[in-house]
Amino acid sequence: MPYRFWLALVVPALAVAQALPPSTETRLTNLEAAVKSAQSAGDNAWMLVSAALVLMMTGPGLALFYGGLVRRKNVLSTMMHSFALMAVVSIVWAIVGYSLAFGEGNAFIGDLRYLFLNGVGAAPNADYAATIPQQTFMIYQLMFAVITPALISGAFAERMKFSAMLLFTVLWLLIVYFPLAHMVWGKGGLLNAFSGGKIPCFDFAGGTVVHISSGVSALVCALYLGKRRGYMTEPMKPHSLVISVIGACLLWVGWFGFNAGSALAASALATSAFVATHFATAAAALGWMFAEWIKNGKPSMLGAISGAVAGLVAVTPASGFVKPFPAMLIGLVAGVVCFLMVTAVKSKFGYDDTLDAFGVHGAGGTLGALLTGVFATNAVNDGLKDSAGKLLPLGMVDGNGGQVLNQAIGVLISWALAIVGTLIILKICDLLLGVRVSADQELEGLDVSMHGEEGYNLES
Amino acid sequence: MKKIEAIIQPHKLEDVKEALKAIGIDGMTITEVRGHGRQKGHKEVYRGMEYQVDLLPKVKVEMVVPAARADEVIQTVVASARTGKIGDGKVFVYDVADAIRIRNDDRGEGAL
Repeated sequence: MPYRFWLALVVPALAVAQALPPSTETRLTNLEAAVKSAQSAGDNAWMLVSAALVLMMTGPGLALFYGGLVRRKNVLSTMMHSFALMAVVSIVWAIVGYSLAFGEGNAFIGDLRYLFLNGVGAAPNADYAATIPQQTFMIYQLMFAVITPALISGAFAERMKFSAMLLFTVLWLLIVYFPLAHMVWGKGGLLNAFSGGKIPCFDFAGGTVVHISSGVSALVCALYLGKRRGYMTEPMKPHSLVISVIGACLLWVGWFGFNAGSALAASALATSAFVATHFATAAAALGWMFAEWIKNGKPSMLGAISGAVAGLVAVTPASGFVKPFPAMLIGLVAGVVCFLMVTAVKSKFGYDDTLDAFGVHGAGGTLGALLTGVFATNAVNDGLKDSAGKLLPLGMVDGNGGQVLNQAIGVLISWALAIVGTLIILKICDLLLGVRVSADQELEGLDVSMHGEEGYNLES
Repeated sequence: MKKIEAIIQPHKLEDVKEALKAIGIDGMTITEVRGHGRQKGHKEVYRGMEYQVDLLPKVKVEMVVPAARADEVIQTVVASARTGKIGDGKVFVYDVADAIRIRNDDRGEGAL
């Protein structure tokens, strides 16, 4: 038969076959795949935005917030602490950090399965977030690792040697951050309530991992480095509260990525965390502001933004576990307590925690972690179920008052790791490089002595 | 020639400039300074740290005028800068040894 005959037969036959509707079975399979893809797309979009928001918290959020609070001659040095860490921490995370934090390992530290991000690609890691690429989860968590050591810089601002700070950060990540992140969030972590941890703690977005660790380490740094020359005798006013206000606002907005993003999905839980975060912050800003108004006679801008940050810190561990009004209460208490920490307690003990990293992050984080044990409820977070699928009680309001004790143990472990780890690291850095700048360098200002620049050349 | 140096309240600068312009005095040098005489400062508080701020922002206006016009200029400055409150400032008068115009080497009162 000629070739043209078969063509005339096959082509119409194919056309007819195309036109026939696919089987219901095929359609269902395609539909399931499309739904999964859509859910994943929504979750991934939110998580990528959240990662960007958290990075923004460091740069320029924290850089501006801290930068405005120091004297003009140290503004670049202070911003450099945040910015340089955005780079340094990222490299360390890519090489070994993600693996040590989130590789399964043991209860205390991860393993090296993800060394050089081996195997971290488009496929989800169901142990952490089943609907987004593992690469998204990795890059999101990186931003937390970036901001945590940057927070510590608040304690040693205006007198820390830059080279020593870089070495300090790398060692601190290895010795304090990666183990703590693993214990609280890693698979099988000692303190991970959602992964069978022996001491089940609730820390939604990093009250212990980020704030207690950095805040307590900050106190150790402040005590080890000593006070700035002229502390309490020379004026050391913030050189630009305008910049600090901008930074604080970027922190507030960015924190939605920090807390609501910790739901690891574009879900109702993310919304709940977003809402709790916002209301806690509002209450905290007012708490500090009114406390100051009563004590000093005037409500200050610095007080309002400090209160807001204190609220953000305190609600961090609680954000995905508590309802809006308990969140507001947490914020209000944090605003007042941190105000007292930063004014009364600091001046009583006389330590120079330059930018109040301990007073806000250490104290606020501790307070928030404990209050999470009080107000955590399965009405908000349905992550813990028994073998029959029934919801387990979370905090005191659910009838599980013992959770506060678990939280306290988690808090103590965080404090201990931060103190011991930081002391060892400071000693190493001091021996190798010297951690504090010389008297002349400090007087000249770190912008010139460390970086050969001035922040403002307004005459040019 | 006399140098008239006036330390005034910053918000009176426009009035002083207008008044001087009205009597034909155009050349002057303005500097932003801080200082105080008997005027009390204020208290600032930053996270519990109190600062007594005694050095208050002022503006210094300097001009060199022919000796014959000195009194007229002084009266003009004083009248336009006065608010009647403590903190109005002061005027100082100095003798000037010489004045030179950089552009063309003019000297003395001709350089003013």
